[in-house]
Amino acid sequence: MTTYFTKDHEYLRVEGDTATVGITDYAQSQLGDVVFVELPAVGQSFKQGAEAAVVESVKAASDVYAPVSGEVVAVNDKLPDNPATINEDPEGAGWFMKIRLADKGELDKLMDEAAYKAMVG
Amino acid sequence: MAAAPETDDLKFTPLNDWHVAQGARMVPFAGYSMPVQYRDGIIAEHNWTREHAGLFDVSHMGQCFLIPKDGQFETAARALEALVPADVLALKPGQQRYSQFLNDEGGILDDLMITRLGFEGHHHWLYLVVNAACKDADYAHMRAKLPTDVELRIADNLALLALQGPEAVAVVATYAPQLAALPFMMSLDLPLGPHWCHVSRTGYTGEDGVEISVKAAEAAAFVAMLSADPRVKPIGLGARDSLRLEAGLCLYGHDIDTTTSPVEGDLKWSIQKRRREEGGFPGADRVKRELKEGPVRLRVGILPEGRQPAREGTEIFAAENEQLRKIGVITSGGFGPSVGGPVAMGYVETAFATPDTPVILVVRGKELPGRVHALPFAPHRYFR
Repeated sequence: MTTYFTKDHEYLRVEGDTATVGITDYAQSQLGDVVFVELPAVGQSFKQGAEAAVVESVKAASDVYAPVSGEVVAVNDKLPDNPATINEDPEGAGWFMKIRLADKGELDKLMDEAAYKAMVG
Repeated sequence: MAAAPETDDLKFTPLNDWHVAQGARMVPFAGYSMPVQYRDGIIAEHNWTREHAGLFDVSHMGQCFLIPKDGQFETAARALEALVPADVLALKPGQQRYSQFLNDEGGILDDLMITRLGFEGHHHWLYLVVNAACKDADYAHMRAKLPTDVELRIADNLALLALQGPEAVAVVATYAPQLAALPFMMSLDLPLGPHWCHVSRTGYTGEDGVEISVKAAEAAAFVAMLSADPRVKPIGLGARDSLRLEAGLCLYGHDIDTTTSPVEGDLKWSIQKRRREEGGFPGADRVKRELKEGPVRLRVGILPEGRQPAREGTEIFAAENEQLRKIGVITSGGFGPSVGGPVAMGYVETAFATPDTPVILVVRGKELPGRVHALPFAPHRYFR
């Protein structure tokens, strides 16, 4: 299992050909209290960088982009009714969706944990 | 996530260092670096204010005095009445009123608080608090319009704090017990500890509480004194916005502006009977016509169904003959922690302004059902 990060503050935990996607602890701390989340439907496919989900804090709405191309094979059904989970446990119980990777080569463009930590300081 | 905003040329309140020491996240607002939230976050700060006492630095707002050179209160009151639709003349010493500077078309240039000072020897003075983003324009407007026998004295040597919530008055009453009985929209000038203060029983959260004007040079020591009380926590602009939105209170530049009249803004309660009859303020023709015939649009509360906030700029539609017709727009919208869901305010055609009228909000391209809702969303708990 390897974890990758995007410049838009998403993480991908990759196991085999499936990536579990969510927003990082840094992202949730910057957003503040999350009050709404909209997830894609299972079976939807996205190109890398397409708008895949919406997360809204008290202050503002933000798009969550598909960090890799692929099909959504699962979403975190508990999240829309408990959006605060994203603040409490963003990289655990606050995951958004699982995407079946269409092109593992896309992972090469993403950051590892050390690079991401360097970016957010 | 957006890049860090431009921070050049930002002004600072006298409490900037204190905010930073309290763990504030500072953002640019109306030309000032202001705390949007502290460590606990907006929802916790909002709830603390509804349950205890929240301390807000509102020193960015404009404080000024109108001083009649002849020493007669009537001179100052009549001068200000030429610019606002409130009955200023009727103010008793110490009394405060909400009003608006209007332009000749009846649009709102700014909204403000007007107080006749109750301090001995100063009953002829008016004390005004105006919005930070408008204050320079307001001062220019007053300089241009006030008669020469009324002095405009800008009080940029004063800080302004709001202490809001059901425990707020008990906190200040530990220093001045007479504040416990101070009526809503009345003020006293007195010392709190070693600090001379102007204290008004007012605020902008819907809660009981006070606003306190204190010398800028003493502001840090004053805030340290107040916040030593465990009932007091600092509250940022984020919770200030959700508190005032739930309380149905307007944010200038969003819910009211130069295109909206006080009648459209559902602020006609702030235009007292004598002024309605006599007029004599800018835009009086429009205001009187709208009072008589009703405005074409009205500010209302909007309660979106579900959890998704409908934010400023969201268009409001009505379903008519199986088609959607635009009937208005959201001017403030977000999440109401006390309501436990999204809340909004906006303007709709007057025919749709009755509470419970169903509306359609188009949010991010999707149709979201909602209803017109009576304001406020959270009941006012003023001390009367």
